[in-house]
Amino acid sequence: MTENRTQETPGRFGPYGGQYIPETLMNAVQELEAAYNRYKDDPGFQQELQTLLDDYAGRPSRLYHAARMSKDLGGAQIYLKREDLNHTGAHKINNVLGQALLAKKMGKTRLIAETGAGQHGVATATAAALLGMECQVYMGEEDTRRQALNVYRMELLGARVIPVTTGTATLKDAVSECMRQWTTRIDDTHYCLGSVMGPHPFPVIVRDFQAVISRESRAQMLEKTGKLPDAVVACVGGGSNAIGSFYHYLADEGVRLIGCEAAGRGVNTLETAATLTTGKPGIFHGMKSWFCQDDQGQIAPVYSISAGLDYPGVGPEHAWLHDIGRAEYVPVTDEEAVEAFEYLSKTEGIIPAIESAHALAYGMKLARTMTPDQSVLITVSGRGDKDVAAIARYRGKELYD
Amino acid sequence: MTEINPGAARLQAAFDGRKAFIPFITCGDPDLETTKACIRQMAAAGAEVIELGIPFSDPVAEGPVIQAASQRALEGGVTCRKVFEMARELRQEGLQVPFVIMTYANVPFAYGPDRFMEDCAVCGIDGLILPDLPFEEKAEFEPACAAHGVALISLVAPTSKERTARIAREASGFLYLVSSLGVTGTRTRIDTDLDQIIGDIRAHSDNPVAIGFGISSPEQARDMSRKADGVIVGSAIVKLVAAHGKQAPEAVGSFVREMIQGMRGPETVT
Repeated sequence: MTENRTQETPGRFGPYGGQYIPETLMNAVQELEAAYNRYKDDPGFQQELQTLLDDYAGRPSRLYHAARMSKDLGGAQIYLKREDLNHTGAHKINNVLGQALLAKKMGKTRLIAETGAGQHGVATATAAALLGMECQVYMGEEDTRRQALNVYRMELLGARVIPVTTGTATLKDAVSECMRQWTTRIDDTHYCLGSVMGPHPFPVIVRDFQAVISRESRAQMLEKTGKLPDAVVACVGGGSNAIGSFYHYLADEGVRLIGCEAAGRGVNTLETAATLTTGKPGIFHGMKSWFCQDDQGQIAPVYSISAGLDYPGVGPEHAWLHDIGRAEYVPVTDEEAVEAFEYLSKTEGIIPAIESAHALAYGMKLARTMTPDQSVLITVSGRGDKDVAAIARYRGKELYD
Repeated sequence: MTEINPGAARLQAAFDGRKAFIPFITCGDPDLETTKACIRQMAAAGAEVIELGIPFSDPVAEGPVIQAASQRALEGGVTCRKVFEMARELRQEGLQVPFVIMTYANVPFAYGPDRFMEDCAVCGIDGLILPDLPFEEKAEFEPACAAHGVALISLVAPTSKERTARIAREASGFLYLVSSLGVTGTRTRIDTDLDQIIGDIRAHSDNPVAIGFGISSPEQARDMSRKADGVIVGSAIVKLVAAHGKQAPEAVGSFVREMIQGMRGPETVT
């Protein structure tokens, strides 16, 4: 794949990244790195993956000019990168097809994965079904309640969903449990990590598989508008759709890159998940990066209406892009995200994932400050069907799903 | 060994002429007074080294028993500073047994590696075990450990294979051999070919080897101590503390005594 402009040494993004994991897993991640380096430039592997992405996942995803919305906001033209139109309804499938295919080549027969909102779990269960692999998904018990429909969807696809009850019973605990489970069974099992986080080589592998988003969008913007967007906006939990949306613009200095973190009830409250706004550097989940934590280095319980952004850390490449100022990271509250969720539904007839609604909320705010000859590209990382019941509850309506 | 790290030297000496029994305790569960009393009992029962666990919110190498204890201890308000203070008080009482802190990388990282190791040295801590710090990332803490004479203990796992030699060559104090796959917690059987791994280690290091993870009975302790130089027991003790609460010290003392007897056999009891 293309040259990585932010990575100075293998596995490091400036001071961030690395492999802070138990010794038991070290050979597994090194074996994964060796396999990835072998297959990433292998034309046969790339061809097989491209065929899956095109024929199975429905790529390339559309670039849509949201004309009604642009006119209504009265500022920059808004373009939406429609990852919500992918098979399984989110960007997660891009990474999962790549990793599952790689795992299969490595002789693994079993996938384990963590999931927050359930989108990565659904994507992993889907790939496991397609490639004839066994699949176990770890999901915080709290999230199995928030996203009950996705739990059943994974089961329907043949996966076993295991609720995680430790800690805060959300995404971070699901990641911890996956790491623990991986140490018990390594020979036949690949940990299909869902974001640009964890120990090297995961942040690189997941980034490379998600970079298809900006590879397509850059060409699509040039074709549709004859120029690059003035800003690219994406939501950031661990940060996989954001890094994928940013990657091929990193060298285009005129393009602002903006990651939208979940502020929950506000960055001045304890109920937030805005890592780069409220956290500081630390070492956790296999990486050195930024984390929400207390002064003792204990990882903070975080909160967001969005189960997919409800994570106390961020991928190491984002931490580095933040430090060097190449990307900006802004907090978006639950309320702002819900308003954007409703706005896009009513204005464009697109129901976005509540995660993506964080990016939409800031993208809209930004567009209003710009002129109609400028453009803002927003990644709609997933579709919002899974969130309808939760948003109804947020608005005080009880639905039975 | 070219450099002489005082903490490492004290730890090595703890294995001199005998098999070492190394109990672990989660500090602050249910409170630090109880932890302190447990440590006194462990020392009196003949523990050669004691592992002090500073709890971390998200311990990825721990099974359910130590996870739960960590959570209870954190809810009770334990901090690094309080654990250091407890260690210093025990030293002032005249307790000589070497102490090793076990925690996760973010804890000393947040405290500041240099300040952490300095406080270790001041409070009589001889070594540090960080299960999420593999060989490749040692540089994060090793300079501070060296500067303050604290041994940074290396772990070897059944999956280490060709990594074992490299890890063993640079080991400090003793080597922590993880008995089997998975996380901490009691196991009924340990099937790893430990003899082979220990042979590998011995070929590259003069440091003693202690086996941990899954050891809970005197019989297991005896079997493991025949293979290695020492045995580490964590979850079984933490479970006792959970069951007995503030009354745990006595139970912990008898358990350690029983384990040591089982490990050394009746001939050493005079």
